[in-house]
Amino acid sequence: MTDLVRLGAAETAAAVAEGTVTAEEVASAHLDRIEQTDGAVHAFLHIDREQTLSAAAAVDARRASGDQLSALAGVPLALKDVFTMRGAPTTCGSKVLEGWRPPYDSTVVERLRDAGVVVLGKTNMDEFAMGSSTENSAYGVTHNPWNLDRVPGGSSGGSSAAVAAHQAPLALGTDTGGSIRQPAAVTGIVGVKPTYGGVSRYGLVAFSSSLDQGGPFARSVLDAALLHEVIAGHDPRDATSIDAPVPPVVAAARGELGGVDGLKVGVVTQLQGAGYQPGVQARFDEVVALLTSMGADVVEVSCPSFEYALPAYYLIAPSECSSNLARFDGMRYGLRAGDNGDNGVEQVMALTRAAGFGPEVKRRIMLGTYALSAGYYDAYYGQAQKVRTLIRRDFEAAYSTVDVLLSPTTPTVAFPIGERADDPIAMYKADLATLPSSLYGGPAMSLPAGLGDDELPVGVQLMAAVQRDEQVYRVGVALEAALQDRWGGPLLDRIPELVSGGAA
Amino acid sequence: MPALNRDDVAHLARLSRLQLTDAELDHYGEQLDVILGAVARVAEVAADDVPPTTHAVPVVNVTRPDVIVPCLSREDVLAGAPAAEDDRFRVPRILDEEAP
Repeated sequence: MTDLVRLGAAETAAAVAEGTVTAEEVASAHLDRIEQTDGAVHAFLHIDREQTLSAAAAVDARRASGDQLSALAGVPLALKDVFTMRGAPTTCGSKVLEGWRPPYDSTVVERLRDAGVVVLGKTNMDEFAMGSSTENSAYGVTHNPWNLDRVPGGSSGGSSAAVAAHQAPLALGTDTGGSIRQPAAVTGIVGVKPTYGGVSRYGLVAFSSSLDQGGPFARSVLDAALLHEVIAGHDPRDATSIDAPVPPVVAAARGELGGVDGLKVGVVTQLQGAGYQPGVQARFDEVVALLTSMGADVVEVSCPSFEYALPAYYLIAPSECSSNLARFDGMRYGLRAGDNGDNGVEQVMALTRAAGFGPEVKRRIMLGTYALSAGYYDAYYGQAQKVRTLIRRDFEAAYSTVDVLLSPTTPTVAFPIGERADDPIAMYKADLATLPSSLYGGPAMSLPAGLGDDELPVGVQLMAAVQRDEQVYRVGVALEAALQDRWGGPLLDRIPELVSGGAA
Repeated sequence: MPALNRDDVAHLARLSRLQLTDAELDHYGEQLDVILGAVARVAEVAADDVPPTTHAVPVVNVTRPDVIVPCLSREDVLAGAPAAEDDRFRVPRILDEEAP
């Protein structure tokens, strides 16, 4: 029998549709794989075998009754623990929400259910999606399946690790400043941040509302596109949701919109060179050369305001977080501490938040509170929003001459667990290349580009204009084919086999 | 760059509703100083005549039809509460004893 956990999402759905395998068998194989490997990886926070198998059985029943199945029916998926789902806890990696069972489904979960996608469980993450390593989770660190001593990236590190470890062919993450693209890059898989507003944020616990965006992880560009199409589209329950057709991402990933021949590709001057590891820069330069050989017209593009993306981001995101996380006050849901009959409500709130939040969340709440306070607002938050405008203008100018922009996804390969844990600025630099398109709002993909320093994966980032998500898939799928041709197979074929059930 | 003293950090912690120890105030104070020093670089950009961007893809006047739709049931909502009593959230006292 074929090893079901090695199949991609499209292949799995086809096998289920043809009846060569049932959705229940597929789900069961993945649950077994999780059982064997998650002691070492720790990608998941919550698994409910029975619930997963019954969801899979429902897909089989739909097929048996002759229902038209979606392109992903019967495919298992790992869900970042920031999306609400009835019947399962949602913790956001935080003690403050330990044990909370949301009374409603997020829109993306609703759409997954409708499409017959089978949720395997909830994945680990940096607390409230703040971090680049998944070390900020209150429930333990996730290990990179390529090297268990390294981080899997973050904040969606449980989702990236699950897909790289063949625990799930698909996963959902969220990206505020790079939290899908960076983990995808350091685990050797595909990750996409759709255009802001392309995927509903209803039921996505908010960190920074003007930046948060859900998106797919997969082992191939086509699989990512299929998932993108399922979760995207207008949702009246999210006021920032774009009321327009979903860009033709699947057609692009099938090569139906053409290849890269004659396409104009811009290499961003500011997102390479100094600060980027030699192995990262080398793989990136090879990708640029490859695209040129494939007929793309590659030019260098300067985006001077990108230099200020990091400081602008670390004012805007903490400011929004300090406001959004005010809701965790121990009154209506989640943890309550110090309610002893003597303490008044403000003291209970302060004790609850002190006990419930980890250090990075506390840092960012205080930073945001500072940036928003009277006397500092104009100098910090106000000025950061103006810089955001300049970054947007740089992108708009670039896209008036090129179709896509290109950069390394991250400055380095996966770093060792613990190396940056108490050095916020070093941690923030992991998102140097992903922050600009977050502030702008355009779509961006990280695609495996080969192995770099320490034989660890390197990602290349493809960026496109707002609502032109198909462009990153069009270039991504052509590049993926050319690279795999050169490697003689997918990069993930080179991942070390995980010791069954071994401790890290 | 503004160096934050312990009182400043204590004030921020109070505004943030975070009960922190003196050791935590000192530790976070040092880290916040470093972070503020790094993010203050936005001031280098001449942007006086630049309008702010609040959202990546702005949409305006998003409304829905004024129609009543079902909401969550009381049981569902209170099921997640840290404390409930008489079909309501139970909360600690909201006024100080000595308040008028």
